[in-house]
Amino acid sequence: MTATARVAGVGAGAGAASHDVVKSGQRAAARSDQSAGGEAKRATFHVWRGDGAGGEFKSYETSVSEGMVVLDAIHQIQAESANDLAVRWNCKAGKCGSCSAEVNGMPKLMCMTRLNDLDLDEPVTVEPMHAFPVVRDLVTDVSWNFEVKKRIRKFTPRAPDAPDGTWRMAQSDVDRVQEFRKCVECFLCQDVCHVLRDHQKHDEFIGPRFLVHVAALEMHPLDTENRVDELRTAHGIGYCNITKCCTRVCPENITITDNAIIPLKERVVDQHYDPLRGLVRLFRRGK
Amino acid sequence: MADYETHAHDVLVVGAGGAGLRAAIEAAKSGARVGLVCKSLLGKAHTVMAEGGVAAALSNVDDRDSWRVHFADTMRGGQYLNNWRMAELHAKEAPDRVRELEAWGAVFDRTPDGRILQRNFGGHKYPRLAHVGDRTGLEMIRTLQDYAVQMGIDVHMECTVVDLIRDGERIAGAFAYDRDRGRFKVFESRAIVLATGGIGRAYSVTSNSWEYTGDGHSLAYRAGAALQDMEFVQFHPTGMVWPPSVKGILVTEGVRGEGGILVNREGRRFMFDDIPENYRSQTADNEEEGWRYVQGDKSARRPPELLTRDHIARAIMREVREGRGSPHGGVFLDISWISSKMRNAPDHIKKKLPSMYHQFKQLADIDITAEPMEVGPTTHYVMGGVRVDGDSQMSTLPGLFAAGEAAAGLHGANRLGGNSLSDLLVFGMRAGEYAAKYAAETSPARIPPDEVDAAAKVALEPFGRATNGSSAEGPYQVQDTLQDMMQDLVGIVRRQEEMQRALDGIAALRLRAAAVSVTGNREYNPGWHTALDLENLLIVSEAVTRSALERQESRGAQFREDYPDKDPAYANFNITVTRGRKGEMIVSRVPIPPMRDDLKQIVEENK
Ligand SMILES: Cc1cc2nc3c(=O)[nH]c(=O)nc-3n(C[C@H](O)[C@H](O)[C@H](O)COP(=O)(O)OP(=O)(O)OC[C@H]3O[C@@H](n4cnc5c(N)ncnc54)[C@H](O)[C@@H]3O)c2cc1C
Ligand code: SF4
Ligand code: SF4
Ligand code: FES
Repeated sequence: MTATARVAGVGAGAGAASHDVVKSGQRAAARSDQSAGGEAKRATFHVWRGDGAGGEFKSYETSVSEGMVVLDAIHQIQAESANDLAVRWNCKAGKCGSCSAEVNGMPKLMCMTRLNDLDLDEPVTVEPMHAFPVVRDLVTDVSWNFEVKKRIRKFTPRAPDAPDGTWRMAQSDVDRVQEFRKCVECFLCQDVCHVLRDHQKHDEFIGPRFLVHVAALEMHPLDTENRVDELRTAHGIGYCNITKCCTRVCPENITITDNAIIPLKERVVDQHYDPLRGLVRLFRRGK
Repeated sequence: MADYETHAHDVLVVGAGGAGLRAAIEAAKSGARVGLVCKSLLGKAHTVMAEGGVAAALSNVDDRDSWRVHFADTMRGGQYLNNWRMAELHAKEAPDRVRELEAWGAVFDRTPDGRILQRNFGGHKYPRLAHVGDRTGLEMIRTLQDYAVQMGIDVHMECTVVDLIRDGERIAGAFAYDRDRGRFKVFESRAIVLATGGIGRAYSVTSNSWEYTGDGHSLAYRAGAALQDMEFVQFHPTGMVWPPSVKGILVTEGVRGEGGILVNREGRRFMFDDIPENYRSQTADNEEEGWRYVQGDKSARRPPELLTRDHIARAIMREVREGRGSPHGGVFLDISWISSKMRNAPDHIKKKLPSMYHQFKQLADIDITAEPMEVGPTTHYVMGGVRVDGDSQMSTLPGLFAAGEAAAGLHGANRLGGNSLSDLLVFGMRAGEYAAKYAAETSPARIPPDEVDAAAKVALEPFGRATNGSSAEGPYQVQDTLQDMMQDLVGIVRRQEEMQRALDGIAALRLRAAAVSVTGNREYNPGWHTALDLENLLIVSEAVTRSALERQESRGAQFREDYPDKDPAYANFNITVTRGRKGEMIVSRVPIPPMRDDLKQIVEENK
């Protein structure tokens, strides 16, 4: 079976592909061998240690090797010299949104921040997000976000399209909301938004993450609710002045401002300030 | 009893992944007062990481699919050690559970006529996995999470249950600490659902997070319930192997479902070399046919890359052992080759596998649309778990239920990809329903105060231990040693003598674990939390090892080098472990009841 399986029916394309696999695999290996040549390098990390009452940066040195990310370094420090260093993580692959922190002053997922993208001749600073109260070390109290979500009017679908109780939707219509539903709730966008970070408007403004959430509901092909009133009042969309900082830090590359916030702002304007435009839109949509 | 924060519920659900959330929702629907506890923040459980999809015979892409075929596939994949009643309920109910998610707001990928799209996965005869690109788990957990929150269910986040509390022969509640402040909490509850997920942190190369320390398995065992099938630990064939810091992180089977091929260093597509007998009639025997299959040609058979996980993991091990592996000790997984078959292949790959593209680009600096990935087996899933009744999910201890990865039965000797997400929905719902019913029918339980005080005392011991200079050991060292040992001695390839050594190792580590000391205070102290996890890890490690020793054959996920063949004598029973009076682990063989005739016939029809 062995030899024949390979020869039998190997289309020209497949055969060639297998060959390329090895070539480019070897390329990858050569590349990593190059960089792994030297002995392990040491790097210094300034990690913020403390709690709600206050704290300070502490300096830790640890060895770094090929492919390490900031979270690896933090874990190494935790195992070597600071057993009680508090940090959140789960997936180590950018999927759960747990490991948010500020690395060299930038809001980042620690598990997706490679050390070879940082200047290791300088100490790397790692500190907790600033827009939320510190619990301990790198861990912040993000419970406010969970409270905000409760205030958002829930998904309410239209009646099913088919007698068997199912719906029909075109991929092109779901693409739009799927972008928003990629959100991993890392809250980095909340962290960087000046309305929350500098002006502490947590009571009046739900922040970019939840504007994305509202957009996902509002643009859901099946949803029948209208959340435009709350957007303007309880959700404080007016505070956003579209500086786009949130979009820049989103690890999921969600175009928070252009695709979610601006269209929501337009809806607010349409519905509240310009009845005529609203009517025209309604009419157009009907057509 | 000292003064602890106390909460009273009718049903306490431990775990807020897919299974726990679905259980909590169902219990709350029936009017029970429900509490939900989880170790991480809400929405961060393992379910969020699931990529490929949820298996359900919706028959949207291939109308030859049905619950019967799904049932037969699941039984064959599990080598007939499955609880067949669970396999039946699962196959029948999964489609409704998936449609229900859509009604709650989930947005799946669509077919051209607007229905839920389904993709190919290993061991499934027809395309069956409803999915959202490769972030299906995120879609599922977010939908359930938001729905549960809207229902007003009490959620205790970052709270870890360390003991179940019994009142005589019945369940009375649970004892926990909150991560933030390190304070103890007592939960009174008439019924408890364990939905704590798996045990992957017992191994060093794993796709699992810090949470997967076998807590539910160990809690149930310590409380007196039986565990079953613990020898069956699934090693997913494709984890990342390079760079070292990402070793073990999962590469979804969706890559192979979309046409990815496995190749050794000689450029040979080795999966054609050894197709198991029971899958031969369903497997393509040439590359062309395999390609047509992944393109949706209904007359084609599936490529050998879509055989079951146990088989592929072993084939990869063989290539590596015989010197045909990739530079970093794996093999090549290549999806970029489809460029030779399809226009716009790079865009297609990015659309179908966005997070894989992202993951390799960012973590390994590899563009998977242009280069192959290097992959190798990684510890991924445990088929074994709490032994439960197939209909109600109640364990052998009245009032204690289990669902999802923490429960055993559905998957037998090997789980098919996609069957976990559907497992969570189907049996999460059933566990919630029956737990609420049980709670409604029983009187309130009484928490014995001295038990709580004793549990608190034990939990705080690591702080009090003498730290006389260098002899004081921290918990991470013990954890690392255990993980390396399990990986070496009770891993993918097992031998009697090595597993005996592992048992000695576990006994020695138990002594070390009892002496670890931790520094700092109780607030958000991962060192302390790791110290508390050690007992659970040791219990599940011992359970895996003893069960693996008992099963002197190779079947499904277990490969015994000293007994390389399947032995019919082992086909008719499950292996269970229970705790004996003196704390010793008792291993038993429990016969599998004969399959119902109508189900037998379905198996025959689909051979
Ligand atoms: C990377 C990856 C990809 C996967 N892809 C797929 C796929 O495509 N399809 C598929 O079907 N399956 C897939 N799986 C498997 C599947 O995701 C898991 O088996 C499934 O999500 C387990 O769900 P669960 O509800 O049982 O547990 P989880 O989702 O893991 O939830 C466990 C919960 O229990 C809590 N918990 C644990 N211990 C305690 C304690 N002591 N006290 C309090 N709370 C506790 C945790 O905090 C967590 O909330 C994948 C798994 C991984 C790791
Ligand atoms: S664009 Fe708006 S939401 Fe985003 S950071 Fe700026 S103000 Fe905040
Ligand atoms: S929108 Fe982006 S940055 Fe904001 S929480 Fe979601 S994933 Fe994070
Ligand atoms: S650990 Fe999950 S996003 Fe970093």
